[in-house]
Amino acid sequence: MIGEALQLEFVRNALAAGLLVSVVCGVIGTLVVVNRIVFLAGGIAHAAYGGIGLAFFMGWPYAVGTIGFSVLSAGLMAAVTLKAKHRADAMVGVIWALGMAVGIILLDLTPGYSVDLMSFLFGSILTVTAADLWQMGGAGIVVLLVVTYYYNDFLAMSYDDEFARLRNVPVTFLYCLLLGMIAISVVMIIRVVGLILVIALLTIPPFIAEKFTGSLRAMMTVSSLLSGLFTIAGLWLSYLLNLTAGATIILVAAGGFLLATLWFEISRRRGGHRRPDTASYR
Amino acid sequence: MAEPIIEVADLWFSFNGHPVLREVNLTVPPGDFLVLIGPNGGGKTTLLKLMLGLLEPDRGVIRLFGQRPEKAAQRIGYVPQNVQINKTFPISVRDVVLMGRLRTGKLWSRYTRADRIAAQDALEKMRVWEYRDRRIGELSGGQLQRVFIARALVSAPDALFLDEAMASIDAQSRREFYETMKELNRSVTIVAVSHDLMILSSQVKSVACVNQQLHYHDSGEITEEMLDAAYHCPVELIAHGLPHRVLSRHEAS
Repeated sequence: MIGEALQLEFVRNALAAGLLVSVVCGVIGTLVVVNRIVFLAGGIAHAAYGGIGLAFFMGWPYAVGTIGFSVLSAGLMAAVTLKAKHRADAMVGVIWALGMAVGIILLDLTPGYSVDLMSFLFGSILTVTAADLWQMGGAGIVVLLVVTYYYNDFLAMSYDDEFARLRNVPVTFLYCLLLGMIAISVVMIIRVVGLILVIALLTIPPFIAEKFTGSLRAMMTVSSLLSGLFTIAGLWLSYLLNLTAGATIILVAAGGFLLATLWFEISRRRGGHRRPDTASYR
Repeated sequence: MAEPIIEVADLWFSFNGHPVLREVNLTVPPGDFLVLIGPNGGGKTTLLKLMLGLLEPDRGVIRLFGQRPEKAAQRIGYVPQNVQINKTFPISVRDVVLMGRLRTGKLWSRYTRADRIAAQDALEKMRVWEYRDRRIGELSGGQLQRVFIARALVSAPDALFLDEAMASIDAQSRREFYETMKELNRSVTIVAVSHDLMILSSQVKSVACVNQQLHYHDSGEITEEMLDAAYHCPVELIAHGLPHRVLSRHEAS
């Protein structure tokens, strides 16, 4: 039955897209979670809807409009959050709503518009083409190279940005770079689970991984693996039960999150989790 | 005379239109152990951050080793006020300390052998080497404090800045802490912020009270005039034996 499904090209493409996105989700999602910018990532994802509207209105390819628009909104959010930190959440909320509104208006104004809106809201992983896969692969490699190159700097910035500044780590530049990478990742993830569920795939796997790993690198690896697992299991279930793929993937992820939390709590109660050594210098 | 470690001249700083520091002048000679005291909100931490180059003054000049603070970054160590930040962060004690070895142009996520040896030395010196593979959140306040001092020392700094270093240590550990500071002070200039007057032990070489303005005293004692100027309330000084103690009399009045 699985073999039969794998005969279909769109199923193979969907699996490949799911796995590519999982790697990016694990790496970028980890940075999003430890830097506590989940809301900001949500803002970028929703503002990307403006890009979808723009792409249709101008007759551009979908990826050009969305990547352009989400990088733009990411830049705007970077500027706002760096300038007025205490008002950052409200400003992100404004950009979030503005991007979506622009998208809807532009689609209204597009003559002969007849695109399936739902595919952007909930993903269209089953319509991924070979060309899409090449784009995703390219974006994934760029993200991996950048994060590897700056790994220690990202680690220092995420853990203690003040100390990082003191060690001449280019914190502002890295923050903008991170938001840019979130923008690119978000466009990829929208294909798989849709913009409404981007946040879930970006945050659930790292949130589980954080409990069980001892380094940022391990957290990224475990998040990617979990993300891949959820995506494949979700796709398979959606195929079996004839459900929306994106939403099924998220339900599986949420189930995994619940199980992991339970397991973590139980093992901690049983004392299986290591407690701090308090013998000396307390 | 040797070149001063820190020079602050006519420094002014305000935050959201409120003056925080004005007319601050300060010269710290090599080998000094300076403690900045003063009331909460008096600007101690702000002054420390200005000296580190983490904040920009409105007016005035700050020089560390005769350079702008950001140029001198590799020669200073810093222990922040809150060592309890990010306790759930997945990072080991060793990786926190290695952070102190970061410098410009060190990319592709590589630390050298020299970095690893320096990290081991710093952890051993602070007697926390045995916790090197622990997750940072598993340590107690005192252990954390030592790890953060190790992080500050791992780059072999010429000057060490501590912000409220006593905040997360209990009384018993303080004597040990003073011993460590005394030993460090043989080779490193120390500037420590404390709102806790108890930090004034026999090791301290000079004191400055910060309350918008700065009152400097080049021995490890506080004078009544300094406290009056800094706190604007009557304070009683008690000094017997070592370390000196300075107690305030706030609740009574």
